[in-house]
Amino acid sequence: MAELIQILVSGLAAGSIYALAAVGFTLLWQASQTINFAQGEFVMLPAFFVLVGMNFLGLALWPAVFFALILSLLILGLAFKKLIVEPMLPHGTLPLVIATIALGLLMKESVKEFYGATAQPFPAVFPQKVYNVLGASVSVQDIGNLLVSMLAILGLQLFLSRTRTGRCMQASAQNPQVAEILGVDVKKMVLYTFLINAALATIASVLISPVYLAKFSNGETLGLVAFIAAIVGGFNQIRGALVGGLLIGVIDNLSAVYISAQYRSAVPMLLLIAIILFRPQGLLGTPEGRSV
Amino acid sequence: MNRTQIVLVLLGIAALVAAPLGQGNYIVYTLTSWLLFSIAAMGLNLTLGYAGQISLAQAGFMGIGAYVTALMTLAGVPWILAALSSIGSAFVVGLLLGYPALRVQHHFLAFVTLAFNTLLFLVLRNEEEITGGSFGLMGMERPTVFGISTDGNLNFYYFALVCFLVAAGIMWWILRSPWGRAFKALRENPIRAESLGLKVRRQTLLAFAIGSAFAGLAGALQSPLVQFIEPHSFALNHSLKILLMVVVGGAGFFFGPMLGAAVVILLPEVLRFTEGYYLIIYALLVIILMVYSPNGLIGLGQKLWSKLRPRHEARRDMDKGFQL
Repeated sequence: MAELIQILVSGLAAGSIYALAAVGFTLLWQASQTINFAQGEFVMLPAFFVLVGMNFLGLALWPAVFFALILSLLILGLAFKKLIVEPMLPHGTLPLVIATIALGLLMKESVKEFYGATAQPFPAVFPQKVYNVLGASVSVQDIGNLLVSMLAILGLQLFLSRTRTGRCMQASAQNPQVAEILGVDVKKMVLYTFLINAALATIASVLISPVYLAKFSNGETLGLVAFIAAIVGGFNQIRGALVGGLLIGVIDNLSAVYISAQYRSAVPMLLLIAIILFRPQGLLGTPEGRSV
Repeated sequence: MNRTQIVLVLLGIAALVAAPLGQGNYIVYTLTSWLLFSIAAMGLNLTLGYAGQISLAQAGFMGIGAYVTALMTLAGVPWILAALSSIGSAFVVGLLLGYPALRVQHHFLAFVTLAFNTLLFLVLRNEEEITGGSFGLMGMERPTVFGISTDGNLNFYYFALVCFLVAAGIMWWILRSPWGRAFKALRENPIRAESLGLKVRRQTLLAFAIGSAFAGLAGALQSPLVQFIEPHSFALNHSLKILLMVVVGGAGFFFGPMLGAAVVILLPEVLRFTEGYYLIIYALLVIILMVYSPNGLIGLGQKLWSKLRPRHEARRDMDKGFQL
């Protein structure tokens, strides 16, 4: 029992961070049909911005996080949208997919060349305390990660459903032509989506790096997990990506303990295939109309 | 084909025959590996460029081919039988994988194949009794065809060249057949194609399975070429590499994959002097190419050509020649 609680808590904590990446992934897909293969690298990179801020500019942790957030918004949000996505949108999905694959490679290799190939220690955001709950050891870090990511997603959900800008963003995602006619600045709304994705990636990065250390290759697994989480939960729903992320986190931890460490990473894949076979719209998703 | 095209193709083949003569082992090996990847990329081009489906498991299908061939030839089965089984198994796995994935929205095949490639990697690595795990399999002999041994690097190059030409011929025939033309119809205007009685799903499924079978052949050649196979050679990043070949060359053009494979294999060699930065430069080049010319290098060539000779009457023939 104690073991199970422990697994569940750490699974949910990891899963909530996956959910942040998955939500960003889903938002980009909705707003601009961008399948971002570099999403994992988007989560890997901000941690290095923080490290640059701390080690080269001599900033303290929180100013460095702020510095990383600004850089991410500029590079992963604004520049990514203006320089890569925007000129390619008229050409359809495929060139964009290839470009994001190349972008992921570019980010990974640049970090490896310019910062270092070894895993870098990352300062803890939360106090390193462990409490004993019902015989299970539960760390403040796990709870903190879970809380912060839940708050971020909740805040995003409220922003999207309760504010005028948020509703305009939803309208632009659902039907850009009609939104345009109704006077919504669709381009600006799409830009907001990219900025939100960059911010979510920064949060995820700051939360996950103390656990896994900051390493150039972190994005490979993270990207895949975000992907699977988004599809399992439902590609067209934010709460779908949330549920998918949490589910993958828990399942991953459960299978590492109860199935086999060798086939641990196979379980999310099998789940993905099963979902695509039996419920292609995802657990919480609504079916999209087929174009042909 | 008109007469100039026949002459050009013959010249190309002559160049391929002459290319490895007098070269060192390394260059002959690189050329052979270019031929193999061209075969795999040609298959993916059918899936991607003609049927419009993204497959991220082409290296996985190569792996199926390579392991089937390795296991069979190590057990004493002649290469040709092993190669046919490799092609067959890649085709069948492609059908099994594609059938459910193609029932739903179009981008799902990408995700299913992505998961499949990762799963296959895990199985190859973990089932040590059969696949040798991360130590892989080694000692596959190079085949003897019509009493001629292909043991030397040069001999094996010509052997791979023959396989490549046969594969290219089959692909040419597929694309020219009414059945292949249906793909173009599907790509250009799916709604119209369907209203003319084409079974979209069956067509796409078969395209994907045939594309995978080409990767099976490439794998069957990979096994005796390297004489050592291990799971990492067939991991997801190699699938992405093959996808890159098709897109960089120009998806949907007959010669796109060959050009793309040459660029993807040779460019790292050319950029070697930049040392650690070559992957960075390479990734940048790909992004720039995608932004400016989503149809790849052949598309870029066409664009430049039509700019240089805007109102030349022969231009249309050239267009066809490029697209074939």
